[in-house]
Amino acid sequence: MLEALMLLLGCQLLGEVLAGLLALPVPGPVIGLVLLFAVLAIRGGVGDGVGELANALLRHLSLLFVPAGVGIMRHMDRVAADWLPIAATLVGSTLLTLAVTAAVMRALTRESR
Amino acid sequence: MPPVESLWVYLAERPLLWLTLTVGAYVAAHRLYRGFGELAILNPVLVSVVLIIAVLRLSGTDYATYFEGAQFVHFLLGPATVAIAVPLYRQSQELRRLWRPLTAALLAGSLTAVLSALGLGWLLGLDQATLLSLVPKSVTTPVAMGIAEQVGGLPSLTAVLVILTGVVGAVAGLPLLAVLGIREATARGLAMGVAAHGIGTARAFQSSERAGAFSGLGMGLNAALTALLVPLLLYLLKLV
Repeated sequence: MLEALMLLLGCQLLGEVLAGLLALPVPGPVIGLVLLFAVLAIRGGVGDGVGELANALLRHLSLLFVPAGVGIMRHMDRVAADWLPIAATLVGSTLLTLAVTAAVMRALTRESR
Repeated sequence: MPPVESLWVYLAERPLLWLTLTVGAYVAAHRLYRGFGELAILNPVLVSVVLIIAVLRLSGTDYATYFEGAQFVHFLLGPATVAIAVPLYRQSQELRRLWRPLTAALLAGSLTAVLSALGLGWLLGLDQATLLSLVPKSVTTPVAMGIAEQVGGLPSLTAVLVILTGVVGAVAGLPLLAVLGIREATARGLAMGVAAHGIGTARAFQSSERAGAFSGLGMGLNAALTALLVPLLLYLLKLV
């Protein structure tokens, strides 16, 4: 388990360093994801330790967004001033994006079968 | 100072109280969600955030004090993002098979997210700073803030709009896709990640590991693509 934790933290750290040095338009942990994927591909398997740790972290991924979510309280007044057009744009655009992405994906996977 | 008050002052200044509140609110919200048959509007992120904000307001605690405790939970977001490589690796055969539809759906979704936000916001008369802050709303927070700053939006407003977008996607995403008759885990997952980044991905993982893996993929690729697309599109539309 400790080795698995070290692997995850190491990938994240290297990801942060690369993102910073190369001024990449992607955050460090996402580069870390790519690095871990490469490690797993080279190893040819996930391994028990990494598998268990990943499951534990991802099972309650929602919890990890709560502190950032509470940050909304700092900007409530700014959003409140224009809330109706902001809410309409945000909800409309998000639902449209969901529908278009899923529809294109499904239409093309059906064709390729 | 009476003993109860001095105890409160002692605890309120230490991280343990706010860390416990964060985990406790989430556990309660998760029980509530399960208790009501996973009713979408009772999304655990939404309910915990509302609960915690209520407690902080009532106790007169500011966000910085709260975050000193909550940061321990927040920190785990980084390693958890890296960990998405594991379910993704387990799907790698499928990724190889589906790379063409994935690329097309990602491009379509990314363009829809940016252009529909611009179009709807413009129609509804949002001012330019708010509009530009809304454009990167479907992208994970650090990237979205970077884009907003680059194009003349307000990064701190963008951070709020990104979270709200994630909550909207997590609450309404799967019910919407069910109404549209889309049942494939690959399409559902990818759409959740492209439209609603990490919060959508967390919701997708609750539905299945396969959906979660594709959602994580959509989130990562959409972050990179949007960062490239937004400055280009705004230049073409002569908004920047």
